[in-house]
Order: sequence, then structure tokens, then C-alpha cells
Amino acid sequence: MTVVEGTQTYDVARIREDFPILGRRLAGDFPLVYLDSANTSQKPVQVIDAIDDHYRQHNANVARAMHQLGAEASAAFELGRDKVAAFIGAPSRDEVVFAKNASEALNLVARVLGDSGRIGQDHEIVITEMEHHSNIVPWQQLSQRTGASLRWFGVTDEGRLDLEGIDQLITEQTAVVSVAWVSNMLGTINPLETIIAKAHSVGALVVVDASQAVPQLPVDVAALGADFVAFTGHKMVGPTGIGVLWGRYDLLAELPPFLGGGEMIETVTMAQSTYAPPPARFEAGTPPIAQSVGLGAAVDYLSAIGMDNIAAHEQAITAYALGALQEIDGLTIVGPKEAVDRGGAISFTLGDIHPHDVSQLLDSRGVAVRAGHHCAKPAHQRFGVQSTTRASFYLYTTTQEIDALVEALHHTKKYFS
Amino acid sequence: MTDAMNVDSLYQEIILDHYKRPHGAGLREPFEAEVHHVNPTCGDEITLRVHLDGNTVSDVSYAAQGCSISQASTSVLNDLIVGKNVEEGMAILDEFNTLMHGKGKIEPDEDVLEDGIAFAGVAQFPGRIKCALLGWMAWKDAVSQALVTTSSDTASTGDPK
Repeated sequence: MTVVEGTQTYDVARIREDFPILGRRLAGDFPLVYLDSANTSQKPVQVIDAIDDHYRQHNANVARAMHQLGAEASAAFELGRDKVAAFIGAPSRDEVVFAKNASEALNLVARVLGDSGRIGQDHEIVITEMEHHSNIVPWQQLSQRTGASLRWFGVTDEGRLDLEGIDQLITEQTAVVSVAWVSNMLGTINPLETIIAKAHSVGALVVVDASQAVPQLPVDVAALGADFVAFTGHKMVGPTGIGVLWGRYDLLAELPPFLGGGEMIETVTMAQSTYAPPPARFEAGTPPIAQSVGLGAAVDYLSAIGMDNIAAHEQAITAYALGALQEIDGLTIVGPKEAVDRGGAISFTLGDIHPHDVSQLLDSRGVAVRAGHHCAKPAHQRFGVQSTTRASFYLYTTTQEIDALVEALHHTKKYFS
Repeated sequence: MTDAMNVDSLYQEIILDHYKRPHGAGLREPFEAEVHHVNPTCGDEITLRVHLDGNTVSDVSYAAQGCSISQASTSVLNDLIVGKNVEEGMAILDEFNTLMHGKGKIEPDEDVLEDGIAFAGVAQFPGRIKCALLGWMAWKDAVSQALVTTSSDTASTGDPK
């Protein structure tokens, strides 16, 4: 299956050859149909080899080892930071802070904003009903620590952010607005421009959870204009164990440290410590070294294909899936039903068959999806469902895989009828 | 492997029957303890009440939202436990729990578990073991609370039965 986009030919078959796991066959000799990329993406051989080569040839600790391998490992680790900075259009490499995942990156922001004294009991924090728990719980905790109130954007029946009350929601009291770029459950792409402009007009900071955006959309943080952007490596063909917090340098420079430990200090005496400048200030302890190498290889891989092409493929495959799924009797999509301002994750219910049972039957046909609340319980409550089944797509997903999903769903219906 | 992972070994007819027509569903009075348990991975929930008559479990009533496995296993629990005394009930729970954690290598005792033997296949699907145990863990919790309630009632009234 090829999608022609401009003068470039997007060759899915060719891309799939880079992902060894996509050739696996599962129980019953069914070929793997991997539709769980919003959960974690598969890894191309280029990333696997880069990590393998690092451990085989260059492994040492960074910054503190004065030997040749130490220099190589330090250079490789920092090269990963350079590559990520270039990939997201960061004005400076020092604005890229490595964390262990997006959850930790979001916790870091919430924690240090509180510790800085910027948020007090007269302030308000604004999030949305469609957030992943990792962009809810840290703000609930911050609200408990500081006495600031937590306020929420609602979601329309169509699965879009309800912007109608934005002027009452984001006010002079608002200290922070934190919002997902792309919803991991509904698939909605949120109108960040409007929200960022409104937040900045009242002097509030904007945090963007870009976990589902950076893997599938071209991202330029400088053009976006947010203050902090968090995402994770493993959803963008990179390894687990590394997440990224991008932050405006002037802000990072005035914020206190997150965790205390090695590498984040300037000097330590028994009386007190002073702290390193960003990003080291926020990276206590031995950092994710091989993971930075792997993430660097991942952004090289994505850049070589082109994020515009990947976004176009995601859009095409999502449109195809939305059409095919809606032809199944009893299937209800929870989230936008058209491929407009929409990412490649589709959550749905299938009659009254429980999502666990749906995913189990799909799995018996080699089709891997996610079932449950997808760490977005408030969004599920909003739509009156306890859980859903979610199929999610990426640069290697084919229309044949969507067809296999549809066929397996028909089989599921028959099984439980 | 292929046989072991066969989805039909998970969804036995008995399980699907209990799922479609659960035994003893609904919340009833009287009861000495009510608990609410959640499976955090999927959000499945159960509210379960226990009514003790002396040492006899005279009712287990429940309202649950969940998958076929969790619904069917709570239905089977109701069949197996109601009418037994607390110690017998705990022994059945142990037997069921052992079966669930037996990785498919344990031959279930039909005399003890009756329809519950149909859950032997669940043990081969690690992701579903929690589903099968949701109602049972709720029952264990509820009966422990009920025993405390009834014993403290007895103590406070000073009127042992």
C-alpha cells in the first residue's frame, strides 16, 4: 500500500522492513497486526542497532569519567540532546531536559512551579477533561500542596474541547494551563494556538502534553509558543526510559531543582549546595545514556522519512479506519468521527461486549489493541462509558491491517452473540 | 502454545452462560458488610454485600460492571458460597485462587469448584486472572468486615447468641 503525497511516495511496505517485530507470527499462525502504537510504538532496526552499538563499543558513565570511553559516551549522550532539540525546533539545546518518561516530565514542571512560589492559594490551575492521568494527578497534587484551585475545560459531545467558556475559565487568577496536544483516548487535536494566546494574555504559563503529538506531527516548539512541552521517547520509535521536557530557557533558569543528587549541582558543602544551570539542574543522577543514543537514532529515522509524510500517512490511515469501523453495526466511536484535527487513535465500544472481551478475541486473531480506560477515566466518564477498546496507528500501519481489525471485530460480535 | 492460547479454552460455554444470566446479581438487604472493589487496570468495579446468619453465609449480593470473566466468576461465587459457613467459603476461595495462579498446570477439583472448573483456562491468560478474582477478593474483604461487625455487635450488646 503506498500513499502518494506531493512528489514523495510513501512506501509503507519498505518502512515495515525496518521493523523486525512486524514480521512476527502469533499463536494460531496469525501475523501480528499491531494497532497499539499510542501505547508504545515498535522500534526500527536503526534504533535497535544504535543502542546495541553503544553498549558494545562506547559504554561508560557520562560527564564524570575522564577516560576515552567516558568521553565517547558523554559525546553520544549529548548528541542525542542536540538531535532532539533540532527535531522539535528548540532555540537552544539547553532547553531540552531528559526525564524518564512524559509522566516524570509533567511531574517535574508541576513540582518546581510549586516550589518556586509562583503558585499560591489565590491561583488557579486549568486542565481539561480529556487529559491522560499523567496530566491530571500532578496538578491535583500541586493544588493540594499550594491551595490553588483546579479548573477544567469540558469536552463537547463530538469530543472537542469546549472553548465556549474560555474567558471565564482562563482569567487573571490563572497561573498555569496544562493541556494535551493530541488526546490519547479521543484522538482529538486541540486548538493550542487559541489556548496559548488566551493564557499568555492573562500572564499564565502553558504546559503542553505532547506525548501523542511529537510522534505523529511536525513540531516546532518555538513557533508553538508554549512555555513547556513534555513527551516521551518510546512512542516515537525510540526506547523506553527516556522522556523529554522542553522549557523556555529563561523560565528553566529561574526554577529550582526537581530531584537532588549527582550531576545537578554546582558545588556542595556540608552547609548547602548550589545548583547547575539547566538542563543539568533537572537531571540528578546517571541519566538515560543509551536511551539518549536510541532516541537520537529515532529522530534521525523519523526525519529521514519526513514528519510531514508521517502526518499525512497517519491522517490517511485514520480516515480509512474511521470509515471502515463506522460500517460495523453496533460499533460506536467515542471521539471525533471525521479525520479532521484528529490523531491516529480511535476508541470505540462494540454493543455491550466488554472491551476486555473484545481485545481478547482480537488478540486471538493476532490483532493487538488496548482495552480499558487508557489512563483517561474522566474522559470516559464524560461519555458515560467505563472503558473502551482503542486501535491506534503509526507510520507502519497498513489498510490491510485495518481490514484485519474489521474482520476480527465481526468475528467478535458473532462469538458473543 | 497454540492450543494453550486458544481463546475457546478461556471462554467456556459455562462461563458465557453465567455471563449472560448471572446468578444472584443485584444488591439485597439485609447485609453486615458492603465493599467496593476496582480493577485499576481496566476500571472494572464491583459493589458486593455479605449477609451472615451466625457463621453461615446466607447471602452474597452484588452490582458489578465488568467483562465476561469477572461477571461469570462472581456468578459462580454466588452459587458456591451461599449456604456454606465462613470456613468452607474461605477454603473454596483458596482452591479457586490456587487454580488461577496455577499457570494452567493444576487439575481443578469439580467436587469443590463445580462450575468454577471452567475457569481453569483463565490461568493461561495472565492478563485476565485479576478479572476472575475481582468478585472473590471483594467477598473475602466483605466477609472479614462482616465478622468484625457481628463480633463487635455481640460484644456491645453483651448478648451472645
